[in-house]
Amino acid sequence: MGSILLISQTALELGFQYALVAMALFLSYRILDIADLTTDGSFVLGAAVSVTVTAAGHPVLALPAAMLAGACAGFVTAFLQTRMGVPSILAGIITNTGLYTVNLMAMGWKSSASLMRTDTVFTLLRDTGVGGDWYELLLSAAVTILAGVLLYLFLGTRLGLSVRATGDNRDMVRASSVNPTFTVTVGLCFANALTALSGGVVGQYQRTVDMGSGTGIVVIGLACLIIGETVVGRRGMGRGVIAVVVGSVIYRFIYAIVFYTKVVPVDCLKLLTAAVVALAIAAPTLKAGAGFQKRKLAAGRKGEG
Amino acid sequence: MLNIKDISKTFNPGTVNEKTALSHLSLHLEPGDFASIIGSNGAGKSTLLNAVAGSFYVDSGSIALDGRDITFLPDHRRSVVIGRLFQDPLRGTAPSMTIEENLALAYLRSSEGTAPFSRIRKKDKEFFAEKLKLLGMGLEDRMRQPVGLLSGGQRQALTLLMATLVTPKLLLLDEHTAALDPGTAEKVLELTRTIVAENRITCLMVTHNMKQALELGSRTLMMAEGSIVLDVSGGERAGMTVDDLLRRFKAGTGKDLDNDRILLSD
Repeated sequence: MGSILLISQTALELGFQYALVAMALFLSYRILDIADLTTDGSFVLGAAVSVTVTAAGHPVLALPAAMLAGACAGFVTAFLQTRMGVPSILAGIITNTGLYTVNLMAMGWKSSASLMRTDTVFTLLRDTGVGGDWYELLLSAAVTILAGVLLYLFLGTRLGLSVRATGDNRDMVRASSVNPTFTVTVGLCFANALTALSGGVVGQYQRTVDMGSGTGIVVIGLACLIIGETVVGRRGMGRGVIAVVVGSVIYRFIYAIVFYTKVVPVDCLKLLTAAVVALAIAAPTLKAGAGFQKRKLAAGRKGEG
Repeated sequence: MLNIKDISKTFNPGTVNEKTALSHLSLHLEPGDFASIIGSNGAGKSTLLNAVAGSFYVDSGSIALDGRDITFLPDHRRSVVIGRLFQDPLRGTAPSMTIEENLALAYLRSSEGTAPFSRIRKKDKEFFAEKLKLLGMGLEDRMRQPVGLLSGGQRQALTLLMATLVTPKLLLLDEHTAALDPGTAEKVLELTRTIVAENRITCLMVTHNMKQALELGSRTLMMAEGSIVLDVSGGERAGMTVDDLLRRFKAGTGKDLDNDRILLSD
């Protein structure tokens, strides 16, 4: 019984921490309609900056520092696609590739970095005694909920409305005297700041970061987004923000179940996730195709009769 | 008000697809002028509107609005003073956002209350509802619904409202009723007439309806091969019929007016 509680606790903690990535994708993929492949690199960047700054003795400062670094990465991707005419997916890949070196640099030219006996935001909270045994969950949830509330409030502001309209109808954004170049830049900076914050929290939580920790995080984030939207629904911004958190927690529970019951080897989970995401995104096309085949069959039968 | 001097635009220069869309075109509109443009397919009517709106920069010549040179001003900066409607009613609104949010975006063109992190206030909502009532479509009761649920006519009426919510110096209408059914088209046209007259907006409208071009507004322009070939207003225009217009066009260009949509419409 105790172990189930522990497993649930860990799943919830990771769910909240990684929900920030899904939140970032909600902003870039769902709202701005841009598949931002900077995400993998931004996550590691956030973790690397966070761990390095924490090691230097500033665990709290480490989180805004990670966000700032992520925002910079987002800015580069946005600059490439809005000002330089680089196709948006390629812009993300280029930034991501460049980030590999930047991330190595942020870790002191090593492929991983760990925290020894330094304080992290988690140990700081533990030492105050707030939250008891649940302090890690409390902090992870607090950070994610705060970010979610701020994102929701932002989307209701005039700038937030312009960002939302950019993914919907760029002509209309221009007609409202707003430059879409600016709104795309704002959106991608925010999204990557959120991704890096996720990396920053995860880095301090696990007290380590390595170059591989971001691999595939964009697809996992999309899976969380899709799971959440299936459970919670899609209409409205508030629902969208809640959906990503719910989706992320569900994903981590599934992960935990697979990890402990070994129904499938854990190494297969990425392949499974990729398949689920591909299927979910392909669903409208598959449905339309099935409908067309049905009609063709029906028409063929009529022809024979 | 609008002063276009000798503008030219060639698309795809130096290729087999080279096309001179505007050729040494000049046009002057007085404040409060309502000019309608008719012309053959590919005469450059929409290109002229795009040039004024800033969808591209002209190769030569200059465009000035209200005494200010806007030739090299990007489109989103011009939209502060230029409102625009397209033929496609879907182009002017954001479908997944609510009516209220769409209006709030259009309201960004005003000089007040546009701080980026400010939110839509109650006062703004009341103002939007009041304006929506003028459309007579009951949209004021559906302000929190996504625009994607509205019909084409409703969306075009909403776009018209958005384009004029902050009174523009110039309104560009690019066959904005052509994609609507006749009844709805008439209604949107009536709304256009009212809003333009009430706010004394200078207006440039492309149409394929010859009767409309003669009845609506104060001036009728005809375009051919990237230039304005006929410009009638005042007394000369008052007594004109569609046949007169066609004769004048032939006299001016030596060709029959060739526009499949005009031939098909009444």
